[in-house]
Amino acid sequence: MIIGITLIESGVNLFLITLGYRKGSVAPIYTSSPGGVMSLPIPQALTLTSIVIGVAVLALMLSLVIQIYRHYGTLDVRKVRRLKE
Amino acid sequence: MSIAIPEYIPALIVAVPLLGAFLTPLISKINGKLRNIFVILVLGLNSLFVGLLAYNIFTKSTPDSPFIYTYIFGAKDITLPVVRILFEVDAMSIFMAIIASILTLVAVIYSWGFMKENTGLDKYYTLFLLLTAGMLGMMLTGDMFNFFVFLEITSISSAALVAFWTHKGESVEAGFKYILISTIGALFILFAVAILYGQYDALNIAVLSNAIQYTFLDKIALVLLIVALAMKAGLVPMHMWLPDSYSRAPATVTIALVGATLASLYGVLRVIFTLYGNVLLEPAKFDIPVSMFIGWLIIPLAVISIIVGVMMALRQTDFKRLIAFAAVAEIGYMFLAIGTGLAAMGTAYGRTALEGGIFHIINDALDVSLLFLVAGAIYYATKEWSLNEMGGLARNMKYTTIFFIIGLLAVAGMPPFNGFASKLIIYESTFQLNPILAIVAILCSILLLATFVKVFHSAFMGPKLPKFSDVKEVPKSMLFAMGIIACIIIFFGLFPGLVVENIVRPVADALVSNAQYLSAVFGGV
Repeated sequence: MIIGITLIESGVNLFLITLGYRKGSVAPIYTSSPGGVMSLPIPQALTLTSIVIGVAVLALMLSLVIQIYRHYGTLDVRKVRRLKE
Repeated sequence: MSIAIPEYIPALIVAVPLLGAFLTPLISKINGKLRNIFVILVLGLNSLFVGLLAYNIFTKSTPDSPFIYTYIFGAKDITLPVVRILFEVDAMSIFMAIIASILTLVAVIYSWGFMKENTGLDKYYTLFLLLTAGMLGMMLTGDMFNFFVFLEITSISSAALVAFWTHKGESVEAGFKYILISTIGALFILFAVAILYGQYDALNIAVLSNAIQYTFLDKIALVLLIVALAMKAGLVPMHMWLPDSYSRAPATVTIALVGATLASLYGVLRVIFTLYGNVLLEPAKFDIPVSMFIGWLIIPLAVISIIVGVMMALRQTDFKRLIAFAAVAEIGYMFLAIGTGLAAMGTAYGRTALEGGIFHIINDALDVSLLFLVAGAIYYATKEWSLNEMGGLARNMKYTTIFFIIGLLAVAGMPPFNGFASKLIIYESTFQLNPILAIVAILCSILLLATFVKVFHSAFMGPKLPKFSDVKEVPKSMLFAMGIIACIIIFFGLFPGLVVENIVRPVADALVSNAQYLSAVFGGV
């Protein structure tokens, strides 16, 4: 399940990054720009933020999984069902 | 008359709990009691700020021109409103912020007694303040991406808090479920934000709303946003995480979670009424306006939520799980009112439905929290969750019983408590849209009363059980916290007209008058 989440996250991040790309553009560092088209900086900033958030989520999830393993002795989602329906 | 307040107060409202969160571990190195006082002070100060801002907004708002408070974070000279960090506070945002600050303040006062026997409290309070900062940020921000960031802050900290009792397998399981659901929801939102950004080159809500065209991509973004936020708010097909995490978290965390759920509900309102506000009345297909489509999409889900919530509540034996299902039903009532308001947008009763829904948000937050606090108090005293094991508690816990009766009657919509006032508005307006909706709503309300009477009977009435003979009343801080909520409930119940006139109506005005929102934001920039 965690791998699934990270996959979705990478997908969304890639989507964000491609949004900002302009054909033949250079990295948006204003001071050292050789002139010409720059790619949009905002999507890159957004992606960076969302990657950082993703790391935090991932860490928390993994630590919860460790706790679940300690209590249940398994990671099979079909067996981790102590909560009633 | 209005009190002069510094213009950066919305930023303070988010920053104070955030800063407090970082200071809490340091202070708890000194002394546990000092830390408790510090956290209460931080949240008290924050509530004061929220109150000041609210007073300012409500006194300056008139029905024709709702007052919106815009604060730009840094970089004032650039004239692009697109990329800056904005706080856009209108009556709706501040209304939700009031709810959130009441709930968190009460929860912290309550935790003084309730969490006394736990270790790791510095982490608990740190996460709690982070959760508060995230919730308030969600409500006050004027930027879609910031909304996502604050949503993630809220969900990470609340998932960690749900799993706070790590010695119980169920808590960890519930926490994992919660973080899974909220991450998927948040990524949906991020995807929708990216779609909108790709089309309009903007992240600011007002700018987006001004430019929106209702193209095919916009429809996808709208669906993604509504689904993700409704998932976080616990509407029925996506509600399965809610009873688990509500019932396994400590009672204080549960009521903060109620606040977080309502923040997502606020997100739904903001997206529909502000972001897509300009296209709501345009015909989508066959000359039916968009609002009616969305409205009739929400109404069936809301009705199912009410029915499923009540039916599941009836057969629960676990006290907190029962209340959690009742909370699902209450969320259904709010969505029913919002859906009716949308389906009948522009008519008088659609407007009334919206007012009822908004009034019900605050009422439900208070009622459900009071019940959760009572359940927490019983757990504190008896260490028991199951209703089958309880009995005769009224003999030992007088005050808790009184609070439970207040919460019970309020949640079931009995006069003279606040639940009655808002539910009556909802019944009246939905009846005008379609009588069947109102009938279902009233029936389920009665069933809810039956459920809680059953709880009352099995927990508080009956002979004295020998194993509970030495059960004592809970500590004063917990009673005080419950007392605050009970007082507000009774006040709202006795003077519903006052509240509707002065608070709820400006909020509804602010929500539906999208043009003023735009002009106020652009004027303020």
